[in-house]
Amino acid sequence: MTRVFVPLDSAALAVGAEAVVRSLRAEVEKRGLKIEIIRNGSRGMHWLEPLVEVDTARGRVGFGPVKAGDIASLLGGGMLDGREHASCIGVVDQHPWLKRQTRTTFVRAGVIDPLSFDDYAKHEGFKGLRRAREIGSAAALDAIITSGLRGRGGAGFPTGIKWKGAADAKGDRKYIVCNADEGDSGTFADRMVMEGDPFALIEGMAIAAFAVGATKGYVYSRSEYPHANTIFAKALEIARSSELLGHEFDIELRVGAGSYVCGEETALLESLEGKRGQVRAKPPLPVHEGLFGKPTVINNVLSLAAAPWILTYGGEAYAALGHGKSRGTMPIQLAGNVKHAGLFEVPFGITLGELVDDVGGGTASGRPVRAVQCGGPLGAYFPRTLFDTPFDYEAFAARDGLIGHGGIVVFDDTVDMAAQARFAMEFCAIESCGKCTPCRIGSTRGVEVIDRIVKGEKRNENLALLEDLCRTLKLGSLCALGGFTPYPVMSAVKFFPEDFGVR
Amino acid sequence: MPEAPTWDAIRVEEIVAAHAHLEGPLLPILHALQREYGCVPRDAIPVVAKALNLTRAEVYGVVSFYHDFRARPAGRRVVRLCRAEACQSMGGRELAETVLKHFRIDWGETTADSRVTIDPVYCLGLCSVSPAALVDGVPHGKLDMATLIDAVERAP
Repeated sequence: MTRVFVPLDSAALAVGAEAVVRSLRAEVEKRGLKIEIIRNGSRGMHWLEPLVEVDTARGRVGFGPVKAGDIASLLGGGMLDGREHASCIGVVDQHPWLKRQTRTTFVRAGVIDPLSFDDYAKHEGFKGLRRAREIGSAAALDAIITSGLRGRGGAGFPTGIKWKGAADAKGDRKYIVCNADEGDSGTFADRMVMEGDPFALIEGMAIAAFAVGATKGYVYSRSEYPHANTIFAKALEIARSSELLGHEFDIELRVGAGSYVCGEETALLESLEGKRGQVRAKPPLPVHEGLFGKPTVINNVLSLAAAPWILTYGGEAYAALGHGKSRGTMPIQLAGNVKHAGLFEVPFGITLGELVDDVGGGTASGRPVRAVQCGGPLGAYFPRTLFDTPFDYEAFAARDGLIGHGGIVVFDDTVDMAAQARFAMEFCAIESCGKCTPCRIGSTRGVEVIDRIVKGEKRNENLALLEDLCRTLKLGSLCALGGFTPYPVMSAVKFFPEDFGVR
Repeated sequence: MPEAPTWDAIRVEEIVAAHAHLEGPLLPILHALQREYGCVPRDAIPVVAKALNLTRAEVYGVVSFYHDFRARPAGRRVVRLCRAEACQSMGGRELAETVLKHFRIDWGETTADSRVTIDPVYCLGLCSVSPAALVDGVPHGKLDMATLIDAVERAP
């Protein structure tokens, strides 16, 4: 029976994958054909979604983007034999966009049925956890330290050091908390792991639990990800009857309630405890006093999902990839007004210009690229003059930017950068947890000051005031929400002064 | 404006009891209440507070902190329309303005006939197929006015 793959990733669903499946079922029945439809994750080439793949003698042949109405003509044209058609992209594994990547975290996404345990095992699943159990917890921890893996949520703190802190901490119980509160605009890699390869995250958490001696794990996801939550909950059910989870370690899925700041690790812990998502002062660090006051490893989805590969191939193999102090690969998310939007995983070091112009293919609108925002709503807006910046934690920081969670949002020349700066302040005001005065009050004042600048009211004085306000936010806030909102604001002023009426 | 459904303290206590074994059960309880009633009924707060040995102010503080918890049920169809940067870069602002005007409501409001609620949301992780929205939990991307209205009207 011919196997046909239609993704169930939210990005594919959003552009009609369900209608494609319905049409496919109806049309094959009409023709008396027998096929098996497998719902895979997404390969990350989102401009081709829904990307339908047919398993043929020469490999999995792709067709995309496919509309429900195209199915009849595709079947008539010999789609099931992988015959050429206008929307045929050839053998998917050979696609140049995929061939350019080095996938470690996303090696299975889009390839396997995310809820098939056998598929996962056949594609190197469980090898990392088994290896960890063979070499013991201390050696497993060493592998993570050796790998140079840094927190993929954005802060870039060495993951191995964090795990060691929790391993060394005394506590009658310890927790592994997975931060899946992926609130940054322009990012969707966590969602793609949960939808496309959920067992990888479960395995990564099980490795972390084994390394530090934790017994309970929580995945804190978002209410904005209903589909990812459904798939991940099913994956947990399946994993409970496997070697991944059991008496020694279990994982519970929790869902947030629409608060951006709960993506900040200490606010997330408060929220898990059933409180307002307000940021905690550090110290104490979560590795010493985290969830319910117990030693806690809190890591982003991508940090945890990187662990199985690292254990399987060794810390050195991961550290051999990358650039400067940024080791390994980064799943980069190309988003917004970009022709080839999607997920592109490569070793650190690729330049921003290469990512936007070459990999991304420029804007979707066909107009010139004017600005890109890297690292989510708290990341700086970079103009084309900074496109030589290598994708690396330090290189971005040196230019007052951040790579954050790896999202790049592209804007064409119709963007109004004063409106973007205003939005950054507005967003901070909406999402501020209220604990720090500069963030709570300063963000609202920031909106007002930008309005005055745009209106031309005492422009120079108000620009000076805005800069001063940004300095106060940066220095006077406990977490990145207040502390980093100045990045998008001040980068917009610095690189695009003409949008603020400055000549 | 939609009426809050009838509820009783016994049912609320049942919902609380069903989650009592969890560590940090408050958010799961509030989500469960909202699933049952379409909102977190104000009168349920003292019941929850008592069961969890918290003050009413503490529970109210949590309910009011999170954007998701409603004081009144939403309309029959809930649109969560993304306002974040990736959607802005693809005309999300203009789309939102037009669609709100079409339904004659502002952000977070429900149409007078209780048919549609439009909530702002800051990122659905659909940034590669923007502008995007969830209509009753179903993702829709590459939206324009026609496809968004169609998604709202067509949903079951």
